Amino acid sequence: MVRLVGMALGLVFCFVLAWAFLVPREATQPDPVKLLHREPKEVSWPHTGPFGKFDRAQLQRGFQVYKEVCSSCHGLYHVHYRDLEKIGFTPAQVKAIAAEYEVPAIDPNTGETITRPALPTDKFYRPFPNEQAARAANNNAYPPDLSLIIKARKNGESYVYSLLTGYGEEPPPGFEVPDGLNYNPYFHSVNIAMAQPLVDGQVEYADGTPATVDQMAKDVVAFLRWAAEPELEVRRRVGLASLLFLSILAVLSYLTYRRVWADVKP
Amino acid sequence: MSFPWAEQYEPKSPFMKWLDSRLPLPRLVFNAVGPGYPVPRNLNFFYNFGVLAGFALLVQIITGIVLAMHYSAHIDTAFASIEHIMRDVNQGWLIRYLHMNGASFFFIVVYVHIFRGLYYGSYKAPREIVWMLGVVILLLMMATAFMGYVLPWGQMSFWGAQVITSLFSAIPLVGEPIRQWLVGGFAPDNATITRFFSLHYVLPFVILGVVILKVWALHIPGSTNPTGIDVKGPQDTLPFHPYFTAKDFFTLTLYLIAFVAVSFFIPNALGHPDNYIPANPLSTPEHIVPEWYLLPFYAILRAFTVDLLFVPAKLWGVIAMFASILLLLFLPWLDTSRVRSANYRPVYRIFFWLLVVDVLVLGYVGAMPAEEPYVRIGQLATMYYFAHFLIILPIVSAVEKPLPLPNSIAEAVLGKSAAQVAAAPSGGVVAQPAE
Amino acid sequence: MADAQTAQPDIPRRDFLYIATGAFGAVGTAAALWPFINQMNPAANVRALAKTEVDVSAIEEGMAIKTIWQSKPVFVKRLTAAEIAEAEKVDVATLRDKQTVAERMPVKRGWLVNLGVCTHLGCVPLGAGQGEPKGDYGGFFCPCHGSHYDPLGRIRRGPAPLNLEIPPYTFKSDTVIEIG
Repeated sequence: MVRLVGMALGLVFCFVLAWAFLVPREATQPDPVKLLHREPKEVSWPHTGPFGKFDRAQLQRGFQVYKEVCSSCHGLYHVHYRDLEKIGFTPAQVKAIAAEYEVPAIDPNTGETITRPALPTDKFYRPFPNEQAARAANNNAYPPDLSLIIKARKNGESYVYSLLTGYGEEPPPGFEVPDGLNYNPYFHSVNIAMAQPLVDGQVEYADGTPATVDQMAKDVVAFLRWAAEPELEVRRRVGLASLLFLSILAVLSYLTYRRVWADVKP
Repeated sequence: MSFPWAEQYEPKSPFMKWLDSRLPLPRLVFNAVGPGYPVPRNLNFFYNFGVLAGFALLVQIITGIVLAMHYSAHIDTAFASIEHIMRDVNQGWLIRYLHMNGASFFFIVVYVHIFRGLYYGSYKAPREIVWMLGVVILLLMMATAFMGYVLPWGQMSFWGAQVITSLFSAIPLVGEPIRQWLVGGFAPDNATITRFFSLHYVLPFVILGVVILKVWALHIPGSTNPTGIDVKGPQDTLPFHPYFTAKDFFTLTLYLIAFVAVSFFIPNALGHPDNYIPANPLSTPEHIVPEWYLLPFYAILRAFTVDLLFVPAKLWGVIAMFASILLLLFLPWLDTSRVRSANYRPVYRIFFWLLVVDVLVLGYVGAMPAEEPYVRIGQLATMYYFAHFLIILPIVSAVEKPLPLPNSIAEAVLGKSAAQVAAAPSGGVVAQPAE
Repeated sequence: MADAQTAQPDIPRRDFLYIATGAFGAVGTAAALWPFINQMNPAANVRALAKTEVDVSAIEEGMAIKTIWQSKPVFVKRLTAAEIAEAEKVDVATLRDKQTVAERMPVKRGWLVNLGVCTHLGCVPLGAGQGEPKGDYGGFFCPCHGSHYDPLGRIRRGPAPLNLEIPPYTFKSDTVIEIG
């Protein structure tokens, strides 16, 4: 009975699927955007690879790029100013950086909303209070939060780097870039609302590193990787130690297993 | 427990005697996973995955309890609370990555365990209930994993919840009310996240309960083995402890190496980047895909693209997706062959490997966008999936001529190296053959 | 293979192997447990609030403010000269918790910083806010079980055993106190 019902059901499913398989498909036009879209460039950083470590100087340069360029539109919601101590700033420097920003607060005496200078314990300053305000100020585009951008995009680091350095190409003839958008073949729709954010010499690095677009893009991506994964270095260290330990344990447990079985295995 | 030659528990110290007559827990352990449980001596490493699955469940429960101490089940705070865990909680990133990847590893281990059961005919009499409880566990795991994936309230969380709950709206008449009942609103919202959190917390303990039932049911007939023939005497078995505890411990270390390597070095490789974007009910991701372990079923769901026989395509897909799992419950009666192990079933073996490839293809198609050629490949693969279980298996088991079976497990093991036959095990650990 | 005789010389080595494996496994388990214990310790965001800075520029003589330090209420109070003079007259030996005026104001005379947590059962005493009852001794009054504190936060009457606790604090400048 089970087999009969099962076979009947199986035949019905197969019939429906075969029908669906044979139904002719509507011809689809290849999407012109897909042909223009490009995969991210191959790039590497000091922290690339399983044993890589962040370059603190690069992270600080990247923070500078974020602060002077990106932060006017993009937030870093999940990062606190105090976290900057982990990339080599002193507590006093962190305090000074935080104090440059005003954050909303409540007046303890009147209960009115006021602003006060940010403290190291505060989260990073938000350029817009909410999504609606951000869209209103940006021609209806929403500048995404950057604290997780490296994890929130496929091939995150290479993607952001390619995007930042992917401006300046002329679109192929016949391809219209809508008003207010910019051509960038690394963006999924190849038309991006963000105008070219980096130009040579836009920031002045304290350590004398020439501020080329390529250098600034690399630096800010490194900083954003740290912002997305501040635990990266300790994670790799703990992981490596655990693997070494487990390898020894595996050898020991294998020998134990062989010895326990020594008198029964033919 | 199951064989007359099993070693008997004897409490040694007065305290253990006292305890044994009041709460015989040591006796239970002795008989369940100790020297008192005789296991076929020829189990290969595929038989270790059951214990690994139990370990994976425990890891999920422990890491999950800890994460719940820091997680906040509210649409406004859920995403930020995960980042709080990742950044501020001491070693929170470690615990969360273990939980996240632990789910994937749980499924890897369980899938290998299922296919091992399919290959060696572990679902056949007298182990039908062991198998069926396993299917129940699989269903509970899928529900638990799905609800867990919703909790971070990222883009994939939200849209995954939207898509999966919409499946129920395909049911005629009562579908839409059921969907609203599931999510507690018109779309996934705060009511959804709180109930999913509650269920995600409690279901693993239900799974644990079913696991206990399953292990209990397994201990009645004992394990199958790669020959598929029944245990005939003491020469066929070895006590669980120390033989299989040592073996399981070794495979556990290998499992941990793989688990640690992924969790610490490529922790997000098995996830989807979009889930690091906070949920936005106004913007759908380009491709909504479930976690990798649900992809084959997602492919089955999407394979039905045509309304036929008065049933809309969407309902066909939903029926087929649930049928694809539920049919496993009837597997013991679909396969009538008296031979268990595919080692002695030349025809079934071919179809078994076809099924393995088929499920991999389904998983691949499930991850791809719904366009040609993937849709047609998915339709062929889905056809084979149902044909395999519902049509091919009953026919093959009726017409197939199995290879000759060995007379006993001991013969199958020792016959391979005739030189060793003389040196039958001794030393009190394993009794001499009865014959 | 292993009959009793041939196995004999093997036994010490076997024991060592088993013990080594068991010991390694135990060490590994213990190490793996640590994150699960440590996660219950205060998280980084909580630890970052271990110290709090308070702007006290707006406090005039005779006034007090309430602030929060480590999730506990703290009273910062500026005493008037009359209050201090009055307090100097009290014989310390008669007090339940014998603290001098200088001990109550260890950093700067005239400034009292103490926790707003009654030493009896942890209620928040009244008296720091404007218009709140100050108790029979003109300081703080805990309404839960009627503990009366003097202007220096010393327990004078009621069930509380100790004076209000003074947290560690310093003046970062004339107008900013760092508690913690």
